[in-house]
Amino acid sequence: MQPFPFSAIVGQDEMKQAMILTAIDASIGGVLVFGDRGTGKSTAVRALAALLPPIKAVKGCPINSAKAKNVPDWAQVSAKRAQDMPTPVVDLPLGATEDRVTGALDIEKALTKGEKAFQPGLLARANRGYLYIDEVNLLEDHIVDLLLDVAQSGENVVEREGLSIRHPARFVLVGSGNPEEGELRPQLLDRFGLSVEVASPKEVETRVEVIKRRDAFENDNAAFMLRWQAEDAAIRDRILKARKALTKLKTSEKTLIDVAELCLALGSDGLRGELTLLKAARAYAAWRDDTALTRAHVREVAPMALRHRLRRDPLDEAGSGTRVARTVEEVLG
Amino acid sequence: MANQCWTHATLALQLLRIDPGLGGVCIRARSGPVRDRLMTMVDATARRLHPAISDEALFGGLDLSATLATGQLVQEKGLLAVPGPLVLAMAERATTGLAARLAVALDKNNDHTLIALDEGAEPDECLNPKLAERLAFHVDLSDCRLADLADKAGGKASVLQSVTIPHDVTTQIIRIANDLGIDSMRAPLFAIRAARAHAALHGRGQVTSEDLEIACALTLAHRATRIPEPETQEEPPAPPPDQESQNNTEDNFDLPDELLLDAVRALLPDNLLDKLTAQKARAGRGNGTGAARKGNRRGRPLPSRAGRISDGARIDIIGTLRAAAPWQTIRRNASGRDGLQIRPADIRIKRFEEKSDRLLIFTVDASGSSALTRLAEAKGAVELLLAQAYARRDHVALVAFRGTEAELLLPPTRSLVQTKRRLAELPGGGGTPLAAGMMEAFAQATQATRRGLTPTIAILTDGRANIALDGRADRKQAATDAQQIARVLRAHGTDTIVIDTGNRPEPALRHLAQTLDAAYLPLPRADAERLSKSVATALGD
Repeated sequence: MQPFPFSAIVGQDEMKQAMILTAIDASIGGVLVFGDRGTGKSTAVRALAALLPPIKAVKGCPINSAKAKNVPDWAQVSAKRAQDMPTPVVDLPLGATEDRVTGALDIEKALTKGEKAFQPGLLARANRGYLYIDEVNLLEDHIVDLLLDVAQSGENVVEREGLSIRHPARFVLVGSGNPEEGELRPQLLDRFGLSVEVASPKEVETRVEVIKRRDAFENDNAAFMLRWQAEDAAIRDRILKARKALTKLKTSEKTLIDVAELCLALGSDGLRGELTLLKAARAYAAWRDDTALTRAHVREVAPMALRHRLRRDPLDEAGSGTRVARTVEEVLG
Repeated sequence: MANQCWTHATLALQLLRIDPGLGGVCIRARSGPVRDRLMTMVDATARRLHPAISDEALFGGLDLSATLATGQLVQEKGLLAVPGPLVLAMAERATTGLAARLAVALDKNNDHTLIALDEGAEPDECLNPKLAERLAFHVDLSDCRLADLADKAGGKASVLQSVTIPHDVTTQIIRIANDLGIDSMRAPLFAIRAARAHAALHGRGQVTSEDLEIACALTLAHRATRIPEPETQEEPPAPPPDQESQNNTEDNFDLPDELLLDAVRALLPDNLLDKLTAQKARAGRGNGTGAARKGNRRGRPLPSRAGRISDGARIDIIGTLRAAAPWQTIRRNASGRDGLQIRPADIRIKRFEEKSDRLLIFTVDASGSSALTRLAEAKGAVELLLAQAYARRDHVALVAFRGTEAELLLPPTRSLVQTKRRLAELPGGGGTPLAAGMMEAFAQATQATRRGLTPTIAILTDGRANIALDGRADRKQAATDAQQIARVLRAHGTDTIVIDTGNRPEPALRHLAQTLDAAYLPLPRADAERLSKSVATALGD
């Protein structure tokens, strides 16, 4: 069954906006969605795939190389031509073993032909695409360590069982989880560009709309998909347009100072906060089809770009989102 | 009531069979004839899971022995690969990891249903909320006796797709879910599905108020987080449902919210409020792997047991050889081949007992008021405790608070000598920034949890907090701050002991201990020996 269409998700605008921003500029570095049960986290992430414009890749290449010369030798791919394929969105299930994530010795070939061959794992498949982890806060520690390393270096290195393989693994991390069930290590938090917190809608009308659409999705699937897939396509076109606009977007000195001041006031660690905030604001401006980056854009994306980079204050019950909003008010007026 | 539980349980199973999209049912009952009777109604093809099930069994994997025997890759199918009902025994023991895996399986496609058998004895011990959220029904059979049971004949089911549901009913269900304080959007979805399935069960083409009533009662009652206020009824009560369900006219939906709410309310557990407070206190405590029990330096080896070679398992070579030894002659004769012959069934896997190290965080009040009275005694007590901690190889950290701030005198260590020296040097005097001290202790506890230690905080104070967190001398604010941090600590689930070192027990401190859910030991004029004995008891050695 096809996933629930992205555009049919009622409300949750911040979450949808964050996903669209990373689709516009992959270097923002992924989205983390945290929230209560039954708020549509998983639905949104699974719907993301339909939104992404296709990429060009060599047919049959295990790491989705764009050019034939980049196809690794071990893959033994004969095709030379690149063709359109959907952006890979790879699901990393909680139960995945290390072997499956990084790739390992191809046991079938080893047993039947006695050949030493490499069987690529999920990281290879996610290259140039998205790696999606549902319940990311419950991921086993050793897999997290592995991901941290690869997400940082953009390269997957397998040195085991007499194999020595390295291949590019650049992917956008998308994770979702319920913070009540376990925290995420700050190191992994930092690897996500944007983070959003979702809550269930409180108004009866919104909730009725959610139920109606879900009901239609389940009981009148064909008509429902037809209606909303068109909307999804419209978003996809707008993403493509925004990608083009992004290259022409001007960034003024004044905005840079705004961004720096904001991060200083919040005391976020390192410079990653500034960089992500700037990229996200630019992507947002491109999405809005504006020609220059302004303070308004920065203000809009500041919470999602910075909320997870603050030092945790155990006494702040309102959550770090409110803290960011408050500081934005103070600094940018 | 007990009989009603049984009816609901059987009904839930029937509805599940009609619409697997309902996810499943959680049955809370101890193992016994009642449960066995219920389980006879579950499909015989249902596959059983247990809480310690491995990922390989769930998702499948390489069948090593078959692969080696045939020389071809043989993949084993996991339990989740085949659609159908799954029975999770001892569901209350399922870890968050397993719950998450099953939750994904239930989410992805509607061909699995899960019947979770929850045998929890304490109210705390129950099915993982992540999984419970995805199961439409929850029935409690613990008060149900065999004599109460009545067999219920299943009606003929009509096709599910054709059941229609009026639109205003959707709104009504959502309103009721709101009144009951149910946030999740899954609950009203389940209620609608259940109403449909119930209509189908009775061969009706449209959902009637009877279906609705039952569906709401079954799917919403156990999720309620507040008891709805009984409103003063203005509208006339609806005609009895059984009459109504007969005439398929337009007006059979003026069932007031109140009546539906009553149906749900009848099923609300009596101890709902207690349960809610317990949940609230535990909020934020998870057993995510980030904080997992991993630092098992002193994992005690357990007897090895038969198992399969899989990721992360270590083979007990001696055990394996011992298991294979008696068979050698037989196998040699059978295969006509010399040398050691080991079959997959011989493989023994090493196991270790998981037990993480304990960290005792002493949070000592070194303020003027304390110094005057009992600082020396408190020091003596800590020294005695240190000796005990040393014997158990616990880690120790020392936090002192005086003046306007707290100070980490000693980061977690095992060095007894160093701790003693730091303690002896501890000067007294100044105000009592209790909140700051607790905050520092909390920071240490969080760090320790992340490193796989189990922290316990021992607070030694006379409880007259007079310095607020921001360093101002404000008695009232100081008390508020301390209470607030206490709530955070409790939510975090850290074990705490409060030792009152004042001349007479301080009521404010007792109150703080209650907020912390901590053991409170008032020790007026107690000697160090008695103090350390009490602490040792409270720690539960």
